[in-house]
Amino acid sequence: MRESATCDLRPVTCDLEARGLRYRLGRLLRLLWRDRSGMLGLTLFVLVAVAAVFSPWLSPHGPLDQHLSISKQPPAWSADGNWDYPLGTDNLGRDLLSRVIYGSRVSLTVGFFGVLIAGSIGLVVGLISGYAGGRVDGIIMGAINIILALPYLLFVVFIAAILGRSLLNVILIFGITDSPIFARVTRGEVLRIRRSGYVESAKSVGVSEWRILFDHIMPNLIGPLITLATFEMSAMIFYEAGLGFLGLSVPPSVPSWGNMLSAGRKYLTSAPWIATWPGLAIMFTSLGMNLLGDWLRDVLDPRLRRARK
Amino acid sequence: MSPILQVRNLVTRFDTVDGIVHAVNGVSFDLEEGETLAIVGESGCGKTVTVLSLLRLIPEPPGRIESGEAMLYEGAARRDLLKLSEPEMRHIRGGRIGFIFQDPMTSLNPVLTIGEQIAESLVEHLGMDRDQACEHTIKLLARVGIPDPEKRYSNYPHQFSGGMRQRAMIAIAIACTPEILIADEPTTALDVTVQAQIVDLVKHLRTELGMAVIWITHDLGVVAGLADWVQVMYGGMVVERAFVDYLYERPQHPYTIGLLGALPGLDRKGTRRLVSIEGTPPELMRPPSHCQFAPRCSYAFDRCWQEIPPLLPVGVRHEVACFFNVEKGRPW
Repeated sequence: MRESATCDLRPVTCDLEARGLRYRLGRLLRLLWRDRSGMLGLTLFVLVAVAAVFSPWLSPHGPLDQHLSISKQPPAWSADGNWDYPLGTDNLGRDLLSRVIYGSRVSLTVGFFGVLIAGSIGLVVGLISGYAGGRVDGIIMGAINIILALPYLLFVVFIAAILGRSLLNVILIFGITDSPIFARVTRGEVLRIRRSGYVESAKSVGVSEWRILFDHIMPNLIGPLITLATFEMSAMIFYEAGLGFLGLSVPPSVPSWGNMLSAGRKYLTSAPWIATWPGLAIMFTSLGMNLLGDWLRDVLDPRLRRARK
Repeated sequence: MSPILQVRNLVTRFDTVDGIVHAVNGVSFDLEEGETLAIVGESGCGKTVTVLSLLRLIPEPPGRIESGEAMLYEGAARRDLLKLSEPEMRHIRGGRIGFIFQDPMTSLNPVLTIGEQIAESLVEHLGMDRDQACEHTIKLLARVGIPDPEKRYSNYPHQFSGGMRQRAMIAIAIACTPEILIADEPTTALDVTVQAQIVDLVKHLRTELGMAVIWITHDLGVVAGLADWVQVMYGGMVVERAFVDYLYERPQHPYTIGLLGALPGLDRKGTRRLVSIEGTPPELMRPPSHCQFAPRCSYAFDRCWQEIPPLLPVGVRHEVACFFNVEKGRPW
């Protein structure tokens, strides 16, 4: 033992928080630079997010402006194209680029709030289930299995028929039907963590149950849950488009990728571009979210950080 | 010297699907202020369960503290740890009794920094605010011999080596200057060279802070240079307890003799074969009705199969639970 180490430490300024944050941000960027697919995922996600936020400024036309005289005009680079309508127009002569840009709003709103609701419900239910254990756990898991056993599409059609078609309803449906997934993952993690050595050692220094829950178990949940959230968000965007295609999502007056796909289906042979652009938008958004999720999973797990280097 | 912890007739059992496991069967011992007690025994002899019972860290169910008392002294006043409420118990854990676990690899939370985990106990017990706790933590890190403590404060556990993690665990255990430090095989998971450093560190901290230490181990070699008292456990019972020198010079219980015979020594010429104890560890499913060691004991006679030998003094600072006097070659 070094005797000198024990005595006379100069007062230490505890601004570790601030330094830690800048340090963490820097490392995050370095990690991002190293991971090309993560970079691609983030880029795609940022593109969609920018499109959603700044739709009115990015769109050359109003998404609902109809010009029947120029309906089904092909994209600008084909012979009959026109650079006023870069991606062409649909059967009612509405600008496809503007509609794709506006459509991102519906997709992202559904994805974000759907995951927010599903995640919040799932987190609370999963925490209670995993930490309380015993009979409470049995009842909650039973209920979750029942919900998961419901035929999904039938359930959605049923709810949509009762509540009508609106963005809020779609969000609520996704939020509720998806929450069991979050609850299960949370519960599994809680079960694993509460038996871990560090929870036992926290107990051995007299840390209270609540602080164990919030300080020891919750931070360990963030990584898996954020990762799950990105994957689920991508899935919700996908499903929303599917519902739109079936005419069960937002009303036809709202520009959404699903509605556009559905409308374009009739003209697949005569004007294939109408369905192509929303299809590509869905595909790249989903791809971006999945890549981002993969990358986040690696970055948020401190045990994997070292492995990536 | 005054007693700080007095354990009497502690019985802990586990209810399992296969039946009741009699893990601890009536353990009693005293711990004086500033004294070091080593609890020695093979795996499954109940040494860990004994100390976990004292801190009430046995998972219940399946565990169950059947009976006994564990008096923690505070001057003249004393309180039974086994009867305290959970909030009172939390105050004791980490506050008056520190605990070091066997495996430092799994005992630190991977997503919190080392500093946060040490500071946690300070905030909980001493009511420090963040800055005070941080400052104190850095001093603690320096005290347990972690170089560059300011920088190491914000490291995560995976950035620490095994020995450094165990040092951090020790820092957590001693954060609130407890009167008793319980170390449950703290060196088992470490390299031999690091083991020696950790033993030295604990010795140093013990004198510096005036702590009593309970050191659980199956390594009699470590015990010799560290403990004041050694307590040998077998089948959930104490079979021999002695002042450390007496135990090594004149072991009385056949099991202790067997353990020491199984220890390689440098003083002997290296021609001696190490002795192993025949047989298997005791079956803990049945409540003990005779000497637990009898089935493996070469000295066992009828009485050993009929009753449980009590722990009785055989000399100054030396107690043994055996009906047979090995030195004289006949029953006592």
